[in-house]
Amino acid sequence: MTPFLRLEGVAAPMPIDNVDTDAIIPSRETQSVVRTGYGEKLFANWRYRPGTREPDPAFVLNQPPFDQARILVAARNFGCGSSREAAVWALQQFGIACVIAESFGAIFRNNCVRNGLLPVSLSLPEVQRLLDELQKAGGARRMDVDLEACRVRAPGGAEFAFRIGALEREMLLKGADEIALTLSRRAQIEAFRDRDRRARPWVYATA
Amino acid sequence: MPRAQPLTLVEKIWNAHAVAELGDATTLLHIDRLFLHERSGGRMLQGVAAAGRKVFDPSLVFGTLDHIIDTDPGRTDKTKFPGGPEFIRTFRDGAAAAGVRVFDIGDPSQGIVHVIAPELGVAQPGLTLVCGDSHTCTVGGLGALAWGIGVTEGEHVLSTQCLAARKPTLLRVRFEGRLGPCVTAKDLILRLIGAHGARGGAGAALEFAGSAVRGLSCAARMTLCNMAVEFGAWTGIVAPDDVTIEFVHGRRFAPKGLDWDAALAWWRTLRSDDEAAFDREIVVDAPAIEPQVTWGTSSEQSVGVGEPVPSPADLADPVARASAEKALRYTEATPARPLLGLPIGAAFIGSCTNSRIEDLRAAAAILEGRKVAAGVTAICVPGSTAVKRQAEAEGLDQIFKEAGFQWREAGCSLCFYAGGDSFGPARRVITSTNRNFENRQGPGVRSHLASPLTVAASAVAGAIADPRRYVGHP
Ligand code: SF4
Repeated sequence: MTPFLRLEGVAAPMPIDNVDTDAIIPSRETQSVVRTGYGEKLFANWRYRPGTREPDPAFVLNQPPFDQARILVAARNFGCGSSREAAVWALQQFGIACVIAESFGAIFRNNCVRNGLLPVSLSLPEVQRLLDELQKAGGARRMDVDLEACRVRAPGGAEFAFRIGALEREMLLKGADEIALTLSRRAQIEAFRDRDRRARPWVYATA
Repeated sequence: MPRAQPLTLVEKIWNAHAVAELGDATTLLHIDRLFLHERSGGRMLQGVAAAGRKVFDPSLVFGTLDHIIDTDPGRTDKTKFPGGPEFIRTFRDGAAAAGVRVFDIGDPSQGIVHVIAPELGVAQPGLTLVCGDSHTCTVGGLGALAWGIGVTEGEHVLSTQCLAARKPTLLRVRFEGRLGPCVTAKDLILRLIGAHGARGGAGAALEFAGSAVRGLSCAARMTLCNMAVEFGAWTGIVAPDDVTIEFVHGRRFAPKGLDWDAALAWWRTLRSDDEAAFDREIVVDAPAIEPQVTWGTSSEQSVGVGEPVPSPADLADPVARASAEKALRYTEATPARPLLGLPIGAAFIGSCTNSRIEDLRAAAAILEGRKVAAGVTAICVPGSTAVKRQAEAEGLDQIFKEAGFQWREAGCSLCFYAGGDSFGPARRVITSTNRNFENRQGPGVRSHLASPLTVAASAVAGAIADPRRYVGHP
């Protein structure tokens, strides 16, 4: 996993609540077992005219400079819905490495952190302010997100601090392999299972 | 003797699975059961093999085929879903190589993962259970701590039989009082989400309690927990009681003999202590709830079947207003008018929310002696092969078929549109499923979520209908 330290780039506004993973990556677009090729499938139902691959100019990510977006600013409950990790892969393969929202779907959020995509939660007024700045005609479109300092800089220059769990931050900053870390605790896992097998033998009796 | 600290149900299960504290309120938890399916299971198994790792404990891993396989009678590995055979093959081969047992097409135990996990006794009270599917919380209805995960976390569980999780906030929702006629668990959960929003559960572990929940069957409790994720909760759970224990007893993978006695003794302790502290509590007056139907593209957008759809103009918050306007543009429901009488093109009974035998019995009670309205495509997909066989033994299949419903093989089917199967030209669907997202059930398809009773009544009426007018014989 690529470490996430700091990101400066175009931010796109998506001022809608409950953007679900079916919208981020429609089921019918996930027709292969491989993890690549999702960039052009991102938001396929909103991005293209029905039944085609013809871009709909009304959709934000089809409009320059947002077609170059590295950051997405949404509203409440972004990424609610299914557990499909392809929602994260599609955002990343399009070029988006950070989503800012008031809140996130819990599984989507976990998937983000494990793929090096930074989910930033800000208060609703802060998110609203970013959305207003990004939607203002002729305004600035670039933002700066610094995970080491845990702050974002709005297009107009205002700075907001954000909070993220220490372990999640560590995992993102290092691009860590969580499985390897857990396997380094193998002895602890085995010791737990020995104790547990005596306390709850039925759990392990699956023959 | 000092009194033990009072704990909630979730804390008791959590503590029993704590392998290590990782700091930052995060615990490495032992995972008692991992369930895989063909949509993401193959990818997880492939990922583990590609990293040169081994499956840690295949005896705790189970698999089924449900998401992608066809549900037409006489199905094979060929699928309407393009690319389906590749998913099936990757999953089967990966599972065979790792020694993971799979309930395959044709196996009498096959079915939707969240329907068969309880049915087979793979899910039990007090177990931790995860699956690469967001509705894994369904089996919280039995008192299991269960949640959905992504592919990377799935690889983690396969490789270590553990998963790191951050302590969730604890939310108790108490439904108190008796349910009105034709009001089901589906209506309770839709009203809860409608009242508190699709983010109302805010990543919490949600314990459903109260007299109305105690009065529900295990199947209905699973319907309740199924949609905890639509409430934004991390998981949902109901404390096990006599109803649960009777449900679990004798199931294929349930504890036997001395193990049963030991398990039972532990399960009896699995309830929130009287003094246990929750971060939040919501109390819902169950008798005030009417049969619910959704009007928008989020489960929070629901109303009583006879109540008017809200007007976005009445919403003060600009984002909420824009979201409601966007939803109404999509569904073309009329603000300030009830959904009652809105013509539908299709009716669907199925999915991990409402496809258990009780759901089919309830729908059949309305359909018996009646016909689906002309021009309505009506489809019933039992949640598991066992449900299907039970329904056939009771003659329910005949009732569905005589009414004009298609009677299918078990699977997820049209709960989501995968690119093949469809409702034909129908654009408006009344459905017993859990998601009314844009295009969820097909390009341009508007989904109205409701209970199986409301779906059956609407299928007969050819329009969104109040099931209370259809109880009893025609
Ligand atoms: S029935 Fe629908 S919601 Fe349930 S597991 Fe299958 S696809 Fe997911």
